[in-house]
Amino acid sequence: MTINVLFAVLVLGGLGGVLALVLGGASQVLAVEKDERLDDVLAALPGANCGGCGYAGCAALAAALLAGQADVGACPVGGAATAEVLAALLGVELKKNTRLTALVRCSGGVRARRKFDYVGLPDCVAAMRLGDGGPLECPYGCIGLGSCVAACPFGAISVLDDVAVVDHERCTGCLTCTKVCPKSLIVPVPYYADIVVACSSHERGGVLRKVCDIGCLGCRICEKICKHGAITITDSLAAIDYEKCVSCGDCAEKCPRRLIVDTNLDRGPRLLSEAD
Amino acid sequence: MDLTRLFSIALGAILIENFVLVKFLGICPFLGVSKKMDTALGMSMAVIFVMGAASAATWCVNTWLLTPLSLGYMRTVAFILVIAALVQLVEMFLQKAAPALYNALGIYLPLITTNCAVLGVAILNVDNAYSFLESVVYGVTAALGFTLAILLFASVRERLTFADYPAPFEGFPIALITAGLLAMAFMGFSGLKVFP
Repeated sequence: MTINVLFAVLVLGGLGGVLALVLGGASQVLAVEKDERLDDVLAALPGANCGGCGYAGCAALAAALLAGQADVGACPVGGAATAEVLAALLGVELKKNTRLTALVRCSGGVRARRKFDYVGLPDCVAAMRLGDGGPLECPYGCIGLGSCVAACPFGAISVLDDVAVVDHERCTGCLTCTKVCPKSLIVPVPYYADIVVACSSHERGGVLRKVCDIGCLGCRICEKICKHGAITITDSLAAIDYEKCVSCGDCAEKCPRRLIVDTNLDRGPRLLSEAD
Repeated sequence: MDLTRLFSIALGAILIENFVLVKFLGICPFLGVSKKMDTALGMSMAVIFVMGAASAATWCVNTWLLTPLSLGYMRTVAFILVIAALVQLVEMFLQKAAPALYNALGIYLPLITTNCAVLGVAILNVDNAYSFLESVVYGVTAALGFTLAILLFASVRERLTFADYPAPFEGFPIALITAGLLAMAFMGFSGLKVFP
């Protein structure tokens, strides 16, 4: 009896011992070298795992940073402060970093005509599936059901008058919303871009007038008025070149549809070159 | 080797005696990581891998160690020991040799080390007196049955996010009801007998 118990204990103990030896040996042989800086780099990153840098998350960015594949300024959330810490950690020279912010290129909302009243899931993708691209007549218009609001990890987007609006102070430029919007209306612009074109319709004026009270007609008034040659009209839509724009606000004043917006009237004109 | 017998084992493990929906083994990963399709797929791959490897390892331990020494009653303890060590070893090996695969399976491997489905397959192999090849086939196909169940379940759960059901059912209750309905659907296979 006792012999049997002892025997069982011995055999299982032996099995366990052999396996332990094998594992112990394997951990020596198969040890993976780990960069000691990895933990420090990871700690310096915000840890929101938003994917704004283009990598799967903060850990992936940290690995890319250590491999020298990513720029220290790659994290849009951490901004300049994180970039400085990372540069110090990795011993890299800090490149000048431009902060980005998201812009919803539509100001239609209640001023855009509707094909029908949408009642259903409060989700832009769901609404898009109905009636050939959603409830709006304008194929470029913001549906305003707030898929981007739900996606924003920083609570920077809200829906005002049926159109999404970004709070540029809260926006960290992670650009999660740009991937969510089913109409790709949200684009990155420099944080110091005071003058923005809040429309993305490429329809010609005549067509657009019928579907929206505010959209860009491509009338070329802004193009002519701009002293710095920063505005060009392509396919009936104004586009601002922020390398040339000095934020003088002339175009915003003269735009007949009031869709070129000077978002920072009280700060006064500010050169982009002064940024940062 | 008798191919029809292997086919019969495979079909039995995938459909008729589905590990999750008929035998109710491996329920915790089934409910835990089935919210999204890609995590469900990652888990399934890990399960296929571990169950195949565990079947082979435990068959060896049972045939060459436990049976000759008539220690069959220590089977459960010995199997857990062997499976845990094996998974640990494989994990280390993957981290060294195939980092990409390690990243894909990494977090799921230790999760299922002592899962009841893995232990279950090892013990069922012994109970059914399967040969080595039959054991491995049974292990891999039982895991494929798990994959089928979890992928079906994950796709239903993804759609449930958009469904309008009463608020008290939010989360686990609706998941359990869904799992129950799936299990009932799989009962339909119980009459299927390929080769006696």
